[in-house]
Amino acid sequence: MPETPGVSLSREQVAHLADLARIDLSDAELDHLAPQLVVILESIASIQGVAGDDVPPTSHALPLTNVFRDDVVVPGLTAEQALSGAPEVDQQRFSVPRILGDEQ
Amino acid sequence: MTTQWTRRTAAELADALAAGEVTSVELTRAHLARIGVVDTDVHAFLHVDADGAMADAAASDARRAAGGPLSGLDGVPIAVKDVLTTRGLPTTCGSRILEGWVPPYDATVVARLRSGGLPILGKTNMDEFAMGSSTEHSAYGPTHNPWDLDRIPGGSGGGSAAAVGAFETPFAIGTDTGGSIRQPGAVTGTVGMKPTYGGVSRYGLVALANSLDQAGPVTRTVLDAALLHELIGGHDPLDSTSIDQPVPGLVDAVRQGASGDLTGVRVGVVTELGGEGYQSGVLSRFRESVDLMVEAGAEVVEVSCPHFVHALAAYYLILPAEASSNLAKFDAMRYGMRVVPDGHPSAEQVMRATRDAGFGDEVKRRIILGTYALSSGYYDAYYGQAQKVRTLISRDFEAAFEQADVLVSPTAPTTAFKLGEKLDDPLAMYLNDLATIPANLSGVPGISVPSGLAEEDGLPTGVQVLAPAMADDRVYRVGAALETLLAREWGGPLLDRAPELEGGSS
Repeated sequence: MPETPGVSLSREQVAHLADLARIDLSDAELDHLAPQLVVILESIASIQGVAGDDVPPTSHALPLTNVFRDDVVVPGLTAEQALSGAPEVDQQRFSVPRILGDEQ
Repeated sequence: MTTQWTRRTAAELADALAAGEVTSVELTRAHLARIGVVDTDVHAFLHVDADGAMADAAASDARRAAGGPLSGLDGVPIAVKDVLTTRGLPTTCGSRILEGWVPPYDATVVARLRSGGLPILGKTNMDEFAMGSSTEHSAYGPTHNPWDLDRIPGGSGGGSAAAVGAFETPFAIGTDTGGSIRQPGAVTGTVGMKPTYGGVSRYGLVALANSLDQAGPVTRTVLDAALLHELIGGHDPLDSTSIDQPVPGLVDAVRQGASGDLTGVRVGVVTELGGEGYQSGVLSRFRESVDLMVEAGAEVVEVSCPHFVHALAAYYLILPAEASSNLAKFDAMRYGMRVVPDGHPSAEQVMRATRDAGFGDEVKRRIILGTYALSSGYYDAYYGQAQKVRTLISRDFEAAFEQADVLVSPTAPTTAFKLGEKLDDPLAMYLNDLATIPANLSGVPGISVPSGLAEEDGLPTGVQVLAPAMADDRVYRVGAALETLLAREWGGPLLDRAPELEGGSS
């Protein structure tokens, strides 16, 4: 059996993971979601050690290698179409909030 | 007259159109009327496109009058799960984060429906980004099971299954990542087919887990599924994982199976997909189906797939890992919702606030789980193991298909449960897909066919038929045979016993 990490997942860890995933979770949400995630994680922890080192991983159901096509220009979206769902548009561009922090 | 046309199968409607007995305008109007009567109660649709569907129907009638239908199904109306992009029609994936989004392009499946001349009635409800087994995770409210409006219609494609089961549309498109076509089929008494992975294009299917997702038919009969599958299936250069081979003759396979003869067909009953955790009425209907197959000439063998017991764990590592990556694109910049917190927030603060407001609980759970599974330090123990288990499950399938031409099991372990019953117990919800998940992990095709009503609650159950990758025709042959054998026992289709919905109950 390979060494297995514990299955505990603290409230702080959940907050950190949510931070990595760019989701602002409120305290109430953390209280609600963290215990549920522990239960899920405990149930899937059984997978550790099931397959030995000799088993190759499968990332995809079909054994495909690179797929190529002829380099032919085909119609794409117009700028107007591409921008049609944007929250904010400015001079035919996506308009976004400031991307640098206050300290930068 | 309205009732009469909505009760017909898609194949019958296609024949009636070809014979000039009815127009597409009449059919489309009849189904829109049925939606108007029952959908307040069923809530299968997130968006109904009455004007667009009627215009498509009129165009279909004009083509037919000029002698040039675009396909055998030209003029037969259809509904599409809201996870496939539809040019000019809202596509929300059941999420607030995409509320009001109107895609500028069609999914390939949708493009093939349009080029086949099928009027699109509307978009059907689903669990948010297809994460769930009950449609209760839709941001727009759950869909109700036509057999009992207090119960779930399955998920994630409960909208498509309920729309078909409630006779609001002859058939629909669904998508299946871990059972989202087949499990709703089982609990609504309808047919659901997950094609071989890569058999139907994923272009324009908003990805949940790219290596598992597959679109397919949601219908009332196996023949309708084959007709629809032949229309939407086949190679698509816009999907790099699309299989570049012709679709095997599916309608022919149905016609062969519909005789009810299974002489020489080896049917494997999977030991691990039954027993503990399965409702007694589900198991008794399953055993009856197996007995009928034996009487019809099938050779039944019991096969063991020992690694299937780890399929659920592997799935709930692989799926969240892929989903957490896929959903990173919802960043409030190019499409969808944007929530701007007070002050002078940065793009990242806007992104965080938007994703908190735009995603529901189940989506958050899976994104966090996926982020965890992919973290350094845990990657090998969880995600790496899950990928290896995926290999072992495929090997189990290979060994099983040496002993049997098809494998069978109950589709879902239970009948439809009450709305709300498992909403806040994610693990209990996940168990609904116990029997359907292995097929997604391995990419093999599978169909769910109604197998009867469980004696303890009078609700529908389903039998699942699985075949090797690319052998979708086998699934259709055996599915059609089982449908024929069961209809003989029942004296008609199972859905004839569903309550007559008249609307206005809520």
